[in-house]
Amino acid sequence: MAETTPPSTEKKTDAPEPRLVVTAWPHIRTPESTPRIMFSVVAALIPATLVGLYFFGSNAAWTLLWSVGSALGTEWLIRRTRGEKDTLGDGSAAVTGLLLGLTMPPSSPWWLSAIGGAFAIGIGKQVYGGLGYNIFNPALISRVFLLIAFPVEMTTWPIVAPPFPGLDVVTGATPLGQLQVGRLTGKGLGEAADVSLGAAFVGSIGGSLGETSALALLIGAGYLFAKRILTWHIPITMLLSAVLFALVFWLIDPHRYAGPLFHLLTGGLLIGAFFMATDMVTSPTTPRGQIVFGIGCGVITMVIRTWGGYPEGVSFAIVIMNAFSPMIERYTRPRRYGEVRT
Amino acid sequence: MAAELTLILISTVLVNNFVLSKMLGLCPFIGVTKNVENSMGMGMAVIFVIFLASISGWVVNTFVLVPFNITFLRTVVFILLIAALVQLVETVMRKSFPALYKALGIYLPLITTNCVVLGSVILIMKKEYGFFQMITYGIGVPVGFYVALFIISHIREQLAMAKIAKPLQGAPITLITTGLLALAFMGFSGLVRE
Repeated sequence: MAETTPPSTEKKTDAPEPRLVVTAWPHIRTPESTPRIMFSVVAALIPATLVGLYFFGSNAAWTLLWSVGSALGTEWLIRRTRGEKDTLGDGSAAVTGLLLGLTMPPSSPWWLSAIGGAFAIGIGKQVYGGLGYNIFNPALISRVFLLIAFPVEMTTWPIVAPPFPGLDVVTGATPLGQLQVGRLTGKGLGEAADVSLGAAFVGSIGGSLGETSALALLIGAGYLFAKRILTWHIPITMLLSAVLFALVFWLIDPHRYAGPLFHLLTGGLLIGAFFMATDMVTSPTTPRGQIVFGIGCGVITMVIRTWGGYPEGVSFAIVIMNAFSPMIERYTRPRRYGEVRT
Repeated sequence: MAAELTLILISTVLVNNFVLSKMLGLCPFIGVTKNVENSMGMGMAVIFVIFLASISGWVVNTFVLVPFNITFLRTVVFILLIAALVQLVETVMRKSFPALYKALGIYLPLITTNCVVLGSVILIMKKEYGFFQMITYGIGVPVGFYVALFIISHIREQLAMAKIAKPLQGAPITLITTGLLALAFMGFSGLVRE
Protein backbone atom coordinates (compact mmCIF):
# COMPACT_ATOMS: atom_id res chain seq x y z
CA MET A 1 0.00 0.00 0.00
CA ALA A 2 1.40 3.34 -1.01
CA GLU A 3 -0.27 5.12 1.88
CA THR A 4 1.20 2.93 4.56
CA THR A 5 4.82 2.99 3.50
CA PRO A 6 7.04 5.01 5.81
CA PRO A 7 7.88 8.48 4.52
CA SER A 8 11.00 8.28 2.44
CA THR A 9 14.08 10.05 3.60
CA GLU A 10 14.75 11.88 0.38
CA LYS A 11 11.59 13.95 0.66
CA LYS A 12 12.08 15.09 4.24
CA THR A 13 15.77 15.22 4.84
CA ASP A 14 15.43 16.98 8.18
CA ALA A 15 12.98 14.47 9.64
CA PRO A 16 14.62 11.55 11.46
CA GLU A 17 14.17 8.08 10.09
CA PRO A 18 11.17 6.58 11.94
CA ARG A 19 12.30 3.65 14.06
CA LEU A 20 8.89 2.24 14.76
CA VAL A 21 6.45 2.19 11.85
CA VAL A 22 2.84 1.65 12.82
CA THR A 23 0.61 0.65 9.97
CA ALA A 24 -2.88 -0.73 9.64
CA TRP A 25 -3.40 -4.47 9.51
CA PRO A 26 -3.13 -6.97 7.86
CA HIS A 27 0.62 -7.32 8.31
CA ILE A 28 0.98 -10.23 5.92
CA ARG A 29 3.88 -9.95 3.54
CA THR A 30 3.59 -11.32 0.07
CA PRO A 31 6.40 -12.05 -2.34
CA GLU A 32 4.18 -10.69 -5.15
CA SER A 33 5.21 -7.31 -6.42
CA THR A 34 4.71 -5.38 -9.62
CA PRO A 35 8.05 -6.43 -11.19
CA ARG A 36 7.44 -10.09 -10.34
CA ILE A 37 3.95 -10.07 -11.87
CA MET A 38 5.16 -8.23 -14.96
CA PHE A 39 8.04 -10.67 -15.35
CA SER A 40 5.61 -13.59 -15.16
CA VAL A 41 3.44 -11.98 -17.84
CA VAL A 42 6.47 -11.59 -20.10
CA ALA A 43 7.39 -15.22 -19.45
CA ALA A 44 3.84 -16.28 -20.29
CA LEU A 45 4.02 -14.38 -23.58
CA ILE A 46 7.26 -16.08 -24.67
CA PRO A 47 5.56 -19.03 -26.45
CA ALA A 48 3.30 -16.72 -28.48
CA THR A 49 6.24 -14.46 -29.29
CA LEU A 50 8.37 -17.39 -30.45
CA VAL A 51 5.59 -18.72 -32.67
CA GLY A 52 5.17 -15.24 -34.16
CA LEU A 53 8.90 -15.00 -34.82
CA TYR A 54 8.92 -18.48 -36.36
CA PHE A 55 6.06 -17.80 -38.75
CA PHE A 56 6.71 -14.17 -39.62
CA GLY A 57 10.50 -13.96 -39.45
CA SER A 58 12.69 -10.93 -39.02
CA ASN A 59 9.90 -8.43 -39.77
CA ALA A 60 8.19 -9.59 -36.60
CA ALA A 61 11.39 -9.18 -34.62
CA TRP A 62 11.79 -5.58 -35.80
CA THR A 63 8.15 -4.79 -35.01
CA LEU A 64 8.58 -6.09 -31.47
CA LEU A 65 11.92 -4.32 -30.97
CA TRP A 66 10.53 -0.99 -32.09
CA SER A 67 7.36 -1.15 -30.03
CA VAL A 68 9.11 -2.28 -26.84
CA GLY A 69 11.97 0.16 -27.34
CA SER A 70 9.67 3.07 -28.03
CA ALA A 71 7.51 2.23 -24.99
CA LEU A 72 10.54 2.05 -22.71
CA GLY A 73 12.05 5.22 -24.16
CA THR A 74 8.84 7.20 -23.75
CA GLU A 75 8.39 6.02 -20.19
CA TRP A 76 11.95 6.97 -19.32
CA LEU A 77 11.69 10.37 -21.02
CA ILE A 78 8.40 11.37 -19.39
CA ARG A 79 9.37 10.27 -15.90
CA ARG A 80 12.64 12.13 -16.29
CA THR A 81 11.12 15.38 -17.53
CA ARG A 82 8.56 15.28 -14.73
CA GLY A 83 11.39 14.77 -12.28
CA GLU A 84 9.94 11.59 -10.87
CA LYS A 85 11.26 8.23 -9.87
CA ASP A 86 12.37 6.09 -12.77
CA THR A 87 9.82 3.32 -13.29
CA LEU A 88 11.45 1.30 -16.04
CA GLY A 89 12.34 -1.32 -13.44
CA ASP A 90 8.75 -2.31 -12.66
CA GLY A 91 8.51 -3.83 -16.11
CA SER A 92 5.06 -2.48 -16.91
CA ALA A 93 6.27 -0.38 -19.83
CA ALA A 94 8.04 -3.40 -21.29
CA VAL A 95 4.86 -5.48 -20.99
CA THR A 96 2.83 -2.73 -22.66
CA GLY A 97 5.31 -2.53 -25.53
CA LEU A 98 5.39 -6.30 -25.91
CA LEU A 99 1.58 -6.61 -25.88
CA LEU A 100 1.31 -3.83 -28.43
CA GLY A 101 3.90 -5.46 -30.67
CA LEU A 102 2.08 -8.78 -30.46
CA THR A 103 -1.15 -7.19 -31.70
CA MET A 104 0.49 -5.41 -34.65
CA PRO A 105 0.57 -6.78 -38.19
CA PRO A 106 3.93 -8.53 -38.50
CA SER A 107 5.01 -6.59 -41.55
CA SER A 108 4.21 -3.13 -40.23
CA PRO A 109 6.78 -0.40 -40.92
CA TRP A 110 9.11 0.57 -38.09
CA TRP A 111 7.59 4.00 -37.54
CA LEU A 112 4.16 2.46 -36.95
CA SER A 113 5.42 0.44 -34.00
CA ALA A 114 7.40 3.42 -32.73
CA ILE A 115 4.37 5.72 -32.80
CA GLY A 116 2.30 2.99 -31.18
CA GLY A 117 4.70 2.49 -28.28
CA ALA A 118 4.98 6.23 -27.67
CA PHE A 119 1.18 6.70 -27.79
CA ALA A 120 0.56 3.77 -25.46
CA ILE A 121 2.88 5.06 -22.77
CA GLY A 122 2.47 8.80 -23.33
CA ILE A 123 -1.26 9.26 -23.89
CA GLY A 124 -2.44 5.90 -22.61
CA LYS A 125 -0.62 5.87 -19.31
CA GLN A 126 1.66 8.72 -18.24
CA VAL A 127 -0.91 11.43 -18.92
CA TYR A 128 -2.95 9.89 -16.13
CA GLY A 129 -0.01 9.85 -13.74
CA GLY A 130 1.57 6.50 -14.51
CA LEU A 131 0.92 2.89 -13.67
CA GLY A 132 -2.25 2.25 -11.71
CA TYR A 133 -4.20 5.36 -12.73
CA ASN A 134 -4.83 4.84 -16.43
CA ILE A 135 -8.42 4.27 -17.53
CA PHE A 136 -7.74 2.38 -20.75
CA ASN A 137 -5.42 -0.52 -21.39
CA PRO A 138 -2.41 1.37 -22.84
CA ALA A 139 -1.46 -1.24 -25.44
CA LEU A 140 -5.01 -1.62 -26.73
CA ILE A 141 -5.95 2.05 -26.83
CA SER A 142 -2.78 2.59 -28.82
CA ARG A 143 -3.70 -0.23 -31.19
CA VAL A 144 -7.17 1.26 -31.67
CA PHE A 145 -5.58 4.65 -32.33
CA LEU A 146 -3.23 3.15 -34.93
CA LEU A 147 -6.03 1.20 -36.56
CA ILE A 148 -8.09 4.36 -37.03
CA ALA A 149 -5.21 6.65 -37.94
CA PHE A 150 -3.34 4.25 -40.27
CA PRO A 151 -6.03 1.85 -41.52
CA VAL A 152 -4.02 0.63 -44.51
CA GLU A 153 -0.80 -0.15 -42.66
CA MET A 154 -2.68 -1.77 -39.78
CA THR A 155 -4.60 -4.17 -42.01
CA THR A 156 -1.87 -5.31 -44.37
CA TRP A 157 -1.26 -8.89 -43.41
CA PRO A 158 1.65 -10.96 -44.71
CA ILE A 159 1.03 -14.58 -45.59
CA VAL A 160 2.84 -16.95 -43.32
CA ALA A 161 6.24 -17.74 -44.79
CA PRO A 162 8.33 -19.79 -42.39
CA PRO A 163 11.04 -20.17 -41.56
CA PHE A 164 13.38 -18.09 -43.66
CA PRO A 165 13.28 -14.39 -42.90
CA GLY A 166 13.85 -11.70 -45.45
CA LEU A 167 11.96 -13.35 -48.28
CA ASP A 168 9.39 -11.38 -50.21
CA VAL A 169 6.33 -10.82 -48.09
CA VAL A 170 3.07 -11.69 -49.78
CA THR A 171 -0.02 -10.07 -48.36
CA GLY A 172 -3.33 -11.77 -47.85
CA ALA A 173 -6.44 -11.62 -45.73
CA THR A 174 -6.95 -12.93 -42.21
CA PRO A 175 -9.72 -15.48 -41.61
CA LEU A 176 -11.87 -12.79 -39.98
CA GLY A 177 -11.17 -10.47 -42.91
CA GLN A 178 -12.34 -13.16 -45.33
CA LEU A 179 -15.41 -13.64 -43.17
CA GLN A 180 -16.21 -9.93 -43.39
CA VAL A 181 -15.73 -9.88 -47.16
CA GLY A 182 -18.12 -12.83 -47.39
CA ARG A 183 -20.64 -11.04 -45.19
CA LEU A 184 -20.49 -7.75 -47.06
CA THR A 185 -20.70 -9.32 -50.50
CA GLY A 186 -23.58 -11.56 -49.45
CA LYS A 187 -21.65 -14.77 -50.09
CA GLY A 188 -22.18 -16.12 -46.61
CA LEU A 189 -18.96 -17.47 -45.18
CA GLY A 190 -16.99 -16.86 -48.37
CA GLU A 191 -13.37 -17.99 -48.29
CA ALA A 192 -13.51 -18.19 -44.50
CA ALA A 193 -15.25 -21.55 -44.86
CA ASP A 194 -11.97 -23.07 -46.07
CA VAL A 195 -9.90 -21.97 -43.10
CA SER A 196 -8.39 -24.97 -41.37
CA LEU A 197 -9.12 -24.90 -37.65
CA GLY A 198 -6.03 -27.03 -37.07
CA ALA A 199 -3.87 -24.35 -38.69
CA ALA A 200 -5.63 -21.74 -36.56
CA PHE A 201 -4.85 -23.75 -33.45
CA VAL A 202 -1.14 -24.05 -34.24
CA GLY A 203 -0.87 -20.54 -35.64
CA SER A 204 -0.10 -20.82 -39.35
CA ILE A 205 -2.83 -18.38 -40.37
CA GLY A 206 -2.74 -14.70 -41.20
CA GLY A 207 -3.16 -12.26 -38.34
CA SER A 208 -1.38 -10.10 -35.83
CA LEU A 209 2.07 -11.10 -34.71
CA GLY A 210 1.20 -12.90 -31.50
CA GLU A 211 -2.48 -13.70 -31.79
CA THR A 212 -2.42 -16.45 -34.39
CA SER A 213 -1.36 -19.45 -32.33
CA ALA A 214 -4.06 -20.58 -29.91
CA LEU A 215 -1.77 -23.30 -28.59
CA ALA A 216 1.03 -20.92 -27.58
CA LEU A 217 -1.41 -18.53 -25.92
CA LEU A 218 -3.03 -21.36 -23.97
CA ILE A 219 0.37 -22.51 -22.72
CA GLY A 220 1.12 -18.98 -21.51
CA ALA A 221 -2.30 -18.61 -19.92
CA GLY A 222 -1.92 -21.97 -18.18
CA TYR A 223 1.35 -20.76 -16.66
CA LEU A 224 -0.34 -17.60 -15.34
CA PHE A 225 -3.25 -19.62 -13.96
CA ALA A 226 -0.79 -21.93 -12.21
CA LYS A 227 0.97 -18.94 -10.67
CA ARG A 228 -2.45 -17.57 -9.66
CA ILE A 229 -1.85 -14.28 -11.41
CA LEU A 230 -4.95 -14.91 -13.50
CA THR A 231 -8.32 -15.73 -11.99
CA TRP A 232 -11.00 -17.39 -14.07
CA HIS A 233 -13.59 -14.60 -13.83
CA ILE A 234 -12.70 -12.35 -16.75
CA PRO A 235 -11.17 -14.71 -19.33
CA ILE A 236 -13.63 -17.57 -18.94
CA THR A 237 -16.75 -15.38 -18.93
CA MET A 238 -15.44 -13.45 -21.94
CA LEU A 239 -14.69 -16.61 -23.93
CA LEU A 240 -17.90 -18.32 -22.88
CA SER A 241 -20.16 -15.41 -23.77
CA ALA A 242 -18.45 -15.04 -27.17
CA VAL A 243 -18.75 -18.77 -27.84
CA LEU A 244 -22.42 -18.86 -26.81
CA PHE A 245 -23.16 -15.85 -29.00
CA ALA A 246 -21.45 -17.51 -31.98
CA LEU A 247 -23.18 -20.82 -31.25
CA VAL A 248 -26.67 -19.30 -31.32
CA PHE A 249 -26.10 -17.65 -34.69
CA TRP A 250 -24.33 -20.68 -36.08
CA LEU A 251 -27.32 -22.86 -35.15
CA ILE A 252 -29.65 -20.37 -36.82
CA ASP A 253 -27.79 -20.45 -40.13
CA PRO A 254 -24.45 -22.29 -40.42
CA HIS A 255 -24.01 -21.05 -43.98
CA ARG A 256 -24.06 -17.39 -43.04
CA TYR A 257 -22.42 -17.34 -39.63
CA ALA A 258 -19.12 -18.94 -38.68
CA GLY A 259 -19.05 -21.54 -35.94
CA PRO A 260 -18.01 -20.97 -32.33
CA LEU A 261 -14.65 -22.74 -32.75
CA PHE A 262 -13.80 -20.53 -35.72
CA HIS A 263 -14.46 -17.41 -33.66
CA LEU A 264 -12.56 -18.80 -30.69
CA LEU A 265 -9.42 -19.70 -32.62
CA THR A 266 -9.13 -16.83 -35.10
CA GLY A 267 -8.46 -13.18 -34.40
CA GLY A 268 -7.43 -11.85 -31.05
CA LEU A 269 -10.05 -13.42 -28.81
CA LEU A 270 -7.64 -15.62 -26.85
CA ILE A 271 -4.83 -13.10 -26.42
CA GLY A 272 -7.44 -10.49 -25.53
CA ALA A 273 -9.21 -12.64 -22.99
CA PHE A 274 -6.09 -13.90 -21.22
CA PHE A 275 -3.64 -11.01 -21.50
CA MET A 276 -5.51 -7.79 -22.28
CA ALA A 277 -8.88 -7.86 -20.54
CA THR A 278 -7.26 -9.13 -17.36
CA ASP A 279 -5.05 -6.06 -16.97
CA MET A 280 -5.35 -5.39 -13.24
CA VAL A 281 -5.42 -1.61 -13.57
CA THR A 282 -8.19 -1.23 -16.10
CA SER A 283 -10.58 -4.01 -15.09
CA PRO A 284 -12.88 -4.22 -12.05
CA THR A 285 -11.48 -5.69 -8.85
CA THR A 286 -14.50 -7.51 -7.42
CA PRO A 287 -15.32 -11.00 -8.75
CA ARG A 288 -18.89 -9.95 -9.55
CA GLY A 289 -17.64 -6.89 -11.42
CA GLN A 290 -15.12 -9.01 -13.32
CA ILE A 291 -17.87 -11.36 -14.47
CA VAL A 292 -19.92 -8.43 -15.78
CA PHE A 293 -16.78 -7.05 -17.43
CA GLY A 294 -15.94 -10.37 -19.10
CA ILE A 295 -19.45 -10.86 -20.46
CA GLY A 296 -19.46 -7.30 -21.80
CA CYS A 297 -16.14 -7.86 -23.60
CA GLY A 298 -17.32 -11.12 -25.17
CA VAL A 299 -20.66 -9.78 -26.34
CA ILE A 300 -19.31 -6.51 -27.78
CA THR A 301 -16.58 -8.47 -29.59
CA MET A 302 -19.15 -10.67 -31.25
CA VAL A 303 -21.51 -7.77 -32.03
CA ILE A 304 -18.69 -5.99 -33.89
CA ARG A 305 -17.58 -9.20 -35.63
CA THR A 306 -21.14 -10.04 -36.69
CA TRP A 307 -22.53 -6.65 -37.71
CA GLY A 308 -19.77 -4.05 -37.40
CA GLY A 309 -17.62 -2.21 -39.89
CA TYR A 310 -14.40 -3.78 -38.61
CA PRO A 311 -13.64 -7.46 -39.08
CA GLU A 312 -12.23 -7.78 -35.57
CA GLY A 313 -13.74 -6.35 -32.40
CA VAL A 314 -11.65 -7.61 -29.51
CA SER A 315 -9.55 -4.49 -28.99
CA PHE A 316 -12.57 -2.20 -29.32
CA ALA A 317 -14.63 -4.36 -26.97
CA ILE A 318 -11.99 -4.38 -24.24
CA VAL A 319 -11.32 -0.66 -24.51
CA ILE A 320 -15.04 0.10 -24.37
CA MET A 321 -15.44 -2.09 -21.30
CA ASN A 322 -12.39 -0.34 -19.77
CA ALA A 323 -14.42 2.85 -19.96
CA PHE A 324 -17.32 1.14 -18.20
CA SER A 325 -15.01 -0.34 -15.59
CA PRO A 326 -15.25 2.49 -12.98
CA MET A 327 -19.03 2.27 -13.28
CA ILE A 328 -19.07 -1.51 -12.85
CA GLU A 329 -16.76 -1.13 -9.89
CA ARG A 330 -19.10 1.32 -8.25
CA TYR A 331 -22.21 -0.83 -8.57
CA THR A 332 -20.62 -4.14 -7.63
CA ARG A 333 -18.94 -2.91 -4.49
CA PRO A 334 -19.40 -5.61 -1.87
CA ARG A 335 -21.72 -4.69 0.96
CA ARG A 336 -20.30 -4.49 4.43
CA TYR A 337 -21.58 -7.16 6.77
CA GLY A 338 -24.85 -5.95 8.26
CA GLU A 339 -25.15 -2.94 5.96
CA VAL A 340 -28.73 -2.21 5.04
CA ARG A 341 -29.45 -2.24 1.32
CA THR A 342 -30.59 1.20 0.26
CA MET B 1 -40.90 0.05 -39.28
CA ALA B 2 -39.78 -1.50 -36.00
CA ALA B 3 -36.45 -2.45 -37.55
CA GLU B 4 -35.92 1.09 -38.80
CA LEU B 5 -36.72 2.56 -35.40
CA THR B 6 -34.32 0.13 -33.71
CA LEU B 7 -31.60 1.15 -36.13
CA ILE B 8 -32.26 4.81 -35.36
CA LEU B 9 -31.90 4.06 -31.63
CA ILE B 10 -28.64 2.12 -32.07
CA SER B 11 -27.34 4.80 -34.40
CA THR B 12 -28.05 7.71 -32.06
CA VAL B 13 -26.92 6.01 -28.86
CA LEU B 14 -23.81 4.10 -30.00
CA VAL B 15 -22.69 4.83 -33.55
CA ASN B 16 -23.45 8.52 -34.03
CA ASN B 17 -23.44 9.47 -30.37
CA PHE B 18 -23.73 13.27 -30.26
CA VAL B 19 -20.87 13.73 -27.82
CA LEU B 20 -18.53 10.94 -28.86
CA SER B 21 -19.01 11.06 -32.62
CA LYS B 22 -20.30 14.53 -33.50
CA MET B 23 -18.52 16.25 -30.58
CA LEU B 24 -21.60 18.36 -29.80
CA GLY B 25 -22.56 19.48 -26.32
CA LEU B 26 -19.03 19.41 -24.95
CA CYS B 27 -19.64 22.33 -22.58
CA PRO B 28 -22.12 20.55 -20.29
CA PHE B 29 -20.19 17.36 -20.91
CA ILE B 30 -17.13 18.89 -19.26
CA GLY B 31 -18.90 21.36 -17.02
CA VAL B 32 -21.19 19.14 -14.97
CA THR B 33 -19.52 15.74 -15.00
CA LYS B 34 -17.32 16.18 -11.95
CA ASN B 35 -19.64 13.93 -10.02
CA VAL B 36 -22.20 11.35 -10.97
CA GLU B 37 -25.27 12.93 -9.33
CA ASN B 38 -24.96 16.24 -11.17
CA SER B 39 -24.42 14.62 -14.51
CA MET B 40 -27.44 12.40 -14.04
CA GLY B 41 -29.55 15.50 -13.28
CA MET B 42 -28.25 17.17 -16.42
CA GLY B 43 -28.84 14.03 -18.44
CA MET B 44 -32.45 13.75 -17.30
CA ALA B 45 -33.11 17.41 -18.06
CA VAL B 46 -31.68 17.02 -21.55
CA ILE B 47 -33.77 13.92 -22.24
CA PHE B 48 -36.86 15.83 -21.18
CA VAL B 49 -36.15 18.97 -23.21
CA ILE B 50 -34.95 17.28 -26.40
CA PHE B 51 -38.01 15.05 -26.43
CA LEU B 52 -40.33 18.06 -26.23
CA ALA B 53 -38.20 20.18 -28.56
CA SER B 54 -38.14 17.58 -31.31
CA ILE B 55 -41.91 17.18 -31.21
CA SER B 56 -42.63 20.90 -31.24
CA GLY B 57 -39.89 21.57 -33.78
CA TRP B 58 -41.32 18.91 -36.04
CA VAL B 59 -44.84 20.31 -35.70
CA VAL B 60 -43.72 23.86 -36.44
CA ASN B 61 -41.62 22.71 -39.36
CA THR B 62 -44.33 20.55 -40.92
CA PHE B 63 -47.30 22.84 -40.41
CA VAL B 64 -45.81 26.33 -40.54
CA LEU B 65 -42.38 26.54 -42.14
CA VAL B 66 -42.87 24.17 -45.05
CA PRO B 67 -46.43 25.27 -46.09
CA PHE B 68 -45.42 28.95 -46.04
CA ASN B 69 -42.13 28.15 -47.76
CA ILE B 70 -39.99 29.89 -45.16
CA THR B 71 -37.67 27.02 -44.20
CA PHE B 72 -34.67 29.37 -44.43
CA LEU B 73 -35.84 30.76 -41.08
CA ARG B 74 -35.44 27.33 -39.50
CA THR B 75 -32.41 27.99 -37.27
CA VAL B 76 -33.74 31.27 -35.86
CA VAL B 77 -37.18 29.81 -35.29
CA PHE B 78 -35.80 26.75 -33.54
CA ILE B 79 -33.56 28.81 -31.23
CA LEU B 80 -36.59 30.89 -30.19
CA LEU B 81 -38.70 27.77 -29.90
CA ILE B 82 -36.21 26.00 -27.64
CA ALA B 83 -35.73 29.06 -25.45
CA ALA B 84 -39.47 29.51 -25.07
CA LEU B 85 -39.94 25.82 -24.44
CA VAL B 86 -37.32 25.70 -21.71
CA GLN B 87 -38.88 28.74 -20.01
CA LEU B 88 -42.29 27.15 -20.22
CA VAL B 89 -41.06 23.85 -18.87
CA GLU B 90 -39.29 25.64 -16.04
CA THR B 91 -42.39 27.57 -15.01
CA VAL B 92 -44.66 24.57 -15.16
CA MET B 93 -42.18 22.46 -13.26
CA ARG B 94 -41.66 24.96 -10.47
CA LYS B 95 -45.39 25.01 -9.78
CA SER B 96 -46.29 21.38 -10.41
CA PHE B 97 -43.16 19.30 -9.72
CA PRO B 98 -41.07 21.25 -7.20
CA ALA B 99 -39.01 18.19 -6.30
CA LEU B 100 -37.93 17.57 -9.90
CA TYR B 101 -37.40 21.30 -10.41
CA LYS B 102 -35.06 21.38 -7.44
CA ALA B 103 -33.22 18.29 -8.61
CA LEU B 104 -32.56 19.74 -12.06
CA GLY B 105 -31.66 23.12 -10.59
CA ILE B 106 -29.48 25.34 -12.77
CA TYR B 107 -29.22 22.77 -15.56
CA LEU B 108 -32.68 23.40 -16.89
CA PRO B 109 -32.10 27.06 -17.92
CA LEU B 110 -28.59 26.14 -19.12
CA ILE B 111 -30.07 23.79 -21.69
CA THR B 112 -31.45 26.78 -23.62
CA THR B 113 -28.04 27.25 -25.15
CA ASN B 114 -27.13 23.57 -25.37
CA CYS B 115 -26.07 22.77 -28.90
CA VAL B 116 -27.21 19.14 -28.55
CA VAL B 117 -30.81 20.33 -28.41
CA LEU B 118 -30.61 22.64 -31.41
CA GLY B 119 -28.45 20.15 -33.29
CA SER B 120 -30.83 17.26 -32.87
CA VAL B 121 -33.88 19.31 -33.85
CA ILE B 122 -32.16 20.63 -36.97
CA LEU B 123 -30.89 17.17 -37.91
CA ILE B 124 -34.38 15.71 -37.59
CA MET B 125 -35.61 18.21 -40.19
CA LYS B 126 -32.58 17.62 -42.45
CA LYS B 127 -33.26 13.88 -42.43
CA GLU B 128 -36.94 14.56 -43.25
CA TYR B 129 -38.14 12.07 -40.69
CA GLY B 130 -41.75 11.01 -40.26
CA PHE B 131 -43.48 11.32 -36.91
CA PHE B 132 -42.40 8.02 -35.34
CA GLN B 133 -38.83 8.26 -36.62
CA MET B 134 -38.70 11.76 -35.18
CA ILE B 135 -39.92 10.56 -31.76
CA THR B 136 -37.32 7.76 -31.75
CA TYR B 137 -34.57 10.15 -32.75
CA GLY B 138 -35.69 12.58 -30.07
CA ILE B 139 -35.34 9.85 -27.47
CA GLY B 140 -32.17 8.25 -28.83
CA VAL B 141 -30.08 11.41 -29.02
CA PRO B 142 -30.51 12.48 -25.39
CA VAL B 143 -30.18 8.89 -24.18
CA GLY B 144 -26.85 8.73 -26.00
CA PHE B 145 -25.92 12.03 -24.36
CA TYR B 146 -26.93 10.58 -21.00
CA VAL B 147 -24.84 7.47 -21.57
CA ALA B 148 -21.79 9.58 -22.43
CA LEU B 149 -22.27 11.75 -19.34
CA PHE B 150 -22.74 8.67 -17.21
CA ILE B 151 -19.51 7.03 -18.42
CA ILE B 152 -17.34 10.13 -18.17
CA SER B 153 -18.62 11.11 -14.73
CA HIS B 154 -17.71 7.71 -13.30
CA ILE B 155 -14.30 7.93 -14.93
CA ARG B 156 -13.78 11.43 -13.54
CA GLU B 157 -14.70 10.34 -10.04
CA GLN B 158 -12.01 7.71 -10.33
CA LEU B 159 -9.53 10.18 -11.87
CA ALA B 160 -9.93 12.41 -8.81
CA MET B 161 -7.59 9.97 -7.09
CA ALA B 162 -5.00 9.84 -9.90
CA LYS B 163 -1.66 11.65 -9.76
CA ILE B 164 -2.29 13.73 -12.85
CA ALA B 165 0.22 16.47 -13.67
CA LYS B 166 -0.98 19.93 -12.59
CA PRO B 167 -1.48 21.45 -16.05
CA LEU B 168 -3.56 18.48 -17.15
CA GLN B 169 -5.98 18.37 -14.25
CA GLY B 170 -9.65 19.12 -14.82
CA ALA B 171 -10.80 19.97 -18.33
CA PRO B 172 -7.63 18.87 -20.23
CA ILE B 173 -7.60 15.32 -18.90
CA THR B 174 -11.35 15.12 -19.49
CA LEU B 175 -10.87 16.16 -23.11
CA ILE B 176 -8.08 13.62 -23.57
CA THR B 177 -10.23 10.90 -22.03
CA THR B 178 -13.15 11.95 -24.23
CA GLY B 179 -10.92 11.61 -27.26
CA LEU B 180 -9.83 8.12 -26.23
CA LEU B 181 -13.45 7.23 -25.50
CA ALA B 182 -14.43 8.47 -28.95
CA LEU B 183 -11.70 6.24 -30.44
CA ALA B 184 -13.15 3.29 -28.56
CA PHE B 185 -16.70 4.03 -29.68
CA MET B 186 -15.55 4.09 -33.31
CA GLY B 187 -15.57 0.31 -32.97
CA PHE B 188 -19.34 0.54 -33.30
CA SER B 189 -19.09 2.26 -36.68
CA GLY B 190 -20.64 0.21 -39.43
CA LEU B 191 -23.31 -1.29 -37.17
CA VAL B 192 -25.76 1.02 -38.92
CA ARG B 193 -25.29 1.79 -42.59
CA GLU B 194 -26.86 5.07 -43.59
